Amino acid sequence: MPDPISVNGTANQKKAEIMQLMQKGRQISRTPMPTQEKLERRANFKEVNSGYSPIQAMLEASRCYLCPKAPCVLGCPVNIDIPAFLTLIALGDFKGALRKIKESNSLPAVCGRVCPQEEQCEKVCVLTKKFKSVAIGHLERFVADYEMQSGEIEVPELPPPTGKKVAIIGSGPAGLTVAGDLAKLGHAVTVLEAFHVAGGVLMYGIPEFRLPKGIVQREITYLKKLKVEFRPNTLVGRTVTIPELFEQGYDAVFIGTGAGLPQFMNIPGENYNGVYSANEFLTRVNLMKAYDFPHYDTPVLKGEKVAVIGGGNTALDAIRSALRLGAKQAMIVYRRSEAEMPGRKEEYEHAQEEGINFNFLTAPKRILGNPDGWVTGLECQKMELGEADESGRRRPIPIPGSEFILPVDIVIIAIGTTANPVVPKTTPGLSTNKWGYILADPETGATNIPGVFAGGDIVTGSATVILAAGAGKKAAVAIHSYLGNLEKSTELLRENQKQIQG
Amino acid sequence: MPKILEKITLAPKIHQLRFCVPELVKKALPGQFVILRANEYGERIPMSIAQMDKKKGILTIVVLEVGKSTALLGSLKTGDEISDLLGPLGNPTEMKLFGTVVCVGGGIGIAPLYTLIEGFKSLGNKIITIIGAKTKESVIKEEELRKISDRVLVTTDDGSYGIKGFVTDALKELLKNEKIDLVMAVGPVLMMKAVSQMTKAYNLKTWVSLNPIMIDGTGMCGGCRVLIDGKNKFACVDGPDFEASLVDFDNLIQRQKCYLQQEKTAYARSNQR
Ligand SMILES: Cc1cc2nc3c(=O)[nH]c(=O)nc-3n(C[C@H](O)[C@H](O)[C@H](O)COP(=O)(O)OP(=O)(O)OC[C@H]3O[C@@H](n4cnc5c(N)ncnc54)[C@H](O)[C@@H]3O)c2cc1C
Ligand SMILES: Cc1cc2nc3c(=O)[nH]c(=O)nc-3n(C[C@H](O)[C@H](O)[C@H](O)COP(=O)(O)OP(=O)(O)OC[C@H]3O[C@@H](n4cnc5c(N)ncnc54)[C@H](O)[C@@H]3O)c2cc1C
Ligand code: FES
Repeated sequence: MPDPISVNGTANQKKAEIMQLMQKGRQISRTPMPTQEKLERRANFKEVNSGYSPIQAMLEASRCYLCPKAPCVLGCPVNIDIPAFLTLIALGDFKGALRKIKESNSLPAVCGRVCPQEEQCEKVCVLTKKFKSVAIGHLERFVADYEMQSGEIEVPELPPPTGKKVAIIGSGPAGLTVAGDLAKLGHAVTVLEAFHVAGGVLMYGIPEFRLPKGIVQREITYLKKLKVEFRPNTLVGRTVTIPELFEQGYDAVFIGTGAGLPQFMNIPGENYNGVYSANEFLTRVNLMKAYDFPHYDTPVLKGEKVAVIGGGNTALDAIRSALRLGAKQAMIVYRRSEAEMPGRKEEYEHAQEEGINFNFLTAPKRILGNPDGWVTGLECQKMELGEADESGRRRPIPIPGSEFILPVDIVIIAIGTTANPVVPKTTPGLSTNKWGYILADPETGATNIPGVFAGGDIVTGSATVILAAGAGKKAAVAIHSYLGNLEKSTELLRENQKQIQG
Repeated sequence: MPKILEKITLAPKIHQLRFCVPELVKKALPGQFVILRANEYGERIPMSIAQMDKKKGILTIVVLEVGKSTALLGSLKTGDEISDLLGPLGNPTEMKLFGTVVCVGGGIGIAPLYTLIEGFKSLGNKIITIIGAKTKESVIKEEELRKISDRVLVTTDDGSYGIKGFVTDALKELLKNEKIDLVMAVGPVLMMKAVSQMTKAYNLKTWVSLNPIMIDGTGMCGGCRVLIDGKNKFACVDGPDFEASLVDFDNLIQRQKCYLQQEKTAYARSNQR
């Protein structure tokens, strides 16, 4: 398709003008993201951010200096050509910008919303020192949404089928990326997912108010248009095993099963009614739509006073969900300080605006309950920061005698997750590390078993959507070449057999 | 979408549903369960595998109506479809030659005994089956179980059929007179607790199949956690079978009551429709 901007001379002039303007660098402030009013959004699950208008997007994109070094590209875990897509937005070529992003990232509508940009591309933007960085994430989201709203999703023409079959286990960002890339190369791709819907954490973990489920499902619909087959309700290891998949004729397998096993704290009182893992709470609320109970059948306990233990994205998602379910007091209990919070900055700011209470340097010791087994409180202890630990963060140390009780009726534990053992346990010979994560080549995703690849949280431990998607991209390239070699070797084999027979 | 091949009402509020799901049935073993969802608004509800026909790929479950979701399943007819069916889940029951195995089923827990007995029997175990129900009309599967057990004892709470009393009353007699190597109990938590207390006194190996509230059934939520020997285990992936003497039954009873209030709302609402 010809670039609409370059078809005639006047457009060319205009393009040059805008690029000149960008290079000069104009000192306009970052365009704020329009949001739902804070008091209103506390009571609903609708998306907080409403997105830029085309004019806002063009204005914001033109803030980019087109600086020669483009540190943002290196700051991006998948090295999206950011200056190029920003230029295209500034020029009004939104679809071109989206195509540019999709060269490196298949999930722009998702990543534009959930990437920790302030730690990646936007952190190193040269504008960050003097002004605020270009809103790269908001712009990524804008072009993806623009295409969806225009209703015409570009589906690339598929090459003739290669005759090779690939099974993808798990439909989180890693699995979805591999599926899309391999389908576009003509391979027959089947995605096996344990849950009844595809999407992984994007569906069951990250709430509607941050990532509308319709957006995730549109990505799935797009993959279906690429002829990717989805098989929900399939727990690999139980319904079918990896060796059986090979017997069924699959030529390669990709494992993208995530790090879904919730951790508890092993403190007294964790089995009272009203204590949840964040995974359970969020699955009930997001995947099973308990916020719309009894219209949907799955219930969730709604607390008056809710405490979430932890300080990451998951903790923030849980507490903000509890607030929206009607909690009068919603608090975070985090054993480190504000500076060590690992979550996205925008979510922290939004949570503060919404009135979430933050108890920093506070560690839970025990959950209290009544004789019927219901939570009544959380005993905590104040902490102070000591020496830095192996993660480089200062280690919290308990202050003796500083115990106090927070009266609460719901406690949600969001202190992290570990590897789900089902696949490794049922795949003889598959190598894992001592924590149960699958050992895979970081460049190719290849595991120790030929034809079996892995990527995403099941390899790295809980990380980010873009890292999982990036691992999927690399694995897709490696799987494609593996299948090509497979082709060559079977041809060779056939030749050999012919010669022997002949 | 899985289609109901056949639905039969076995007793008041107890229904048997059959599905043709060859891939699932091929892998299924005694003691495992499935999770199903009736429609797009539905809960994910766990159901034990009651019977499986490996040749034809047919799965049988037996549902007792206790609330909204099970009542909804009970209202479905032969030919209707449900939206989701996942399995087999959980660890299969450990099957080997023990000697004499007593299989105890209470209420809806009678249904999954069939595959368990079949399994134990095929390995040469002698099977004594005890089944108990509230009243005569809720005794299910008696004939089928008689065919594959060496002996079957039936109890009813009201004495309208068989021995008057609970399954533990029949078990008490057996314990006095028989050399027993294993007791396998499936049913309401209170029943499993009573069985456990009784066999503990004899230091007799006893397994129970636990039924906490579940969601995913794959180990990712921890909602199904049960206290086993003071430590949390996830019943869906570490169980559902556990050594009875190690189980904290009272905690399980408490946790099963988590949504009592909401369950009432849901049920009342579904009855209005
Ligand atoms: C609440 C929450 C909020 C988060 N917020 C952010 C954020 O704002 N930004 C960000 O970048 N990251 C965020 N993350 C992290 C991010 O979501 C993950 O790093 C990412 O989803 C990992 O992708 P994945 O493809 O490896 O696996 P997952 O997304 O975990 O998907 C794995 C899929 O595999 C399925 N599966 C597992 N085992 C099997 C099996 N045996 N057979 C079949 N299917 C199986 C699972 O059901 C699941 O659908 C958040 C995570 C959580 C939990
Ligand atoms: C491993 C396992 C095997 C089971 N096998 C069978 C079976 O073969 N036949 C059968 O009829 N029932 C079986 N159950 C119980 C069945 O899943 C519940 O009765 C059903 O989910 C109740 O749903 P409801 O909406 O009808 O009732 P509700 O009104 O929601 O609940 C009634 C009671 O059922 C229990 N319950 C509720 N939700 C769940 C849930 N998601 N998981 C487990 N228990 C719940 C609670 O104790 C509750 O108080 C099994 C449960 C487990 C965990
Ligand atoms: S049901 Fe979720 S972990 Fe067992």
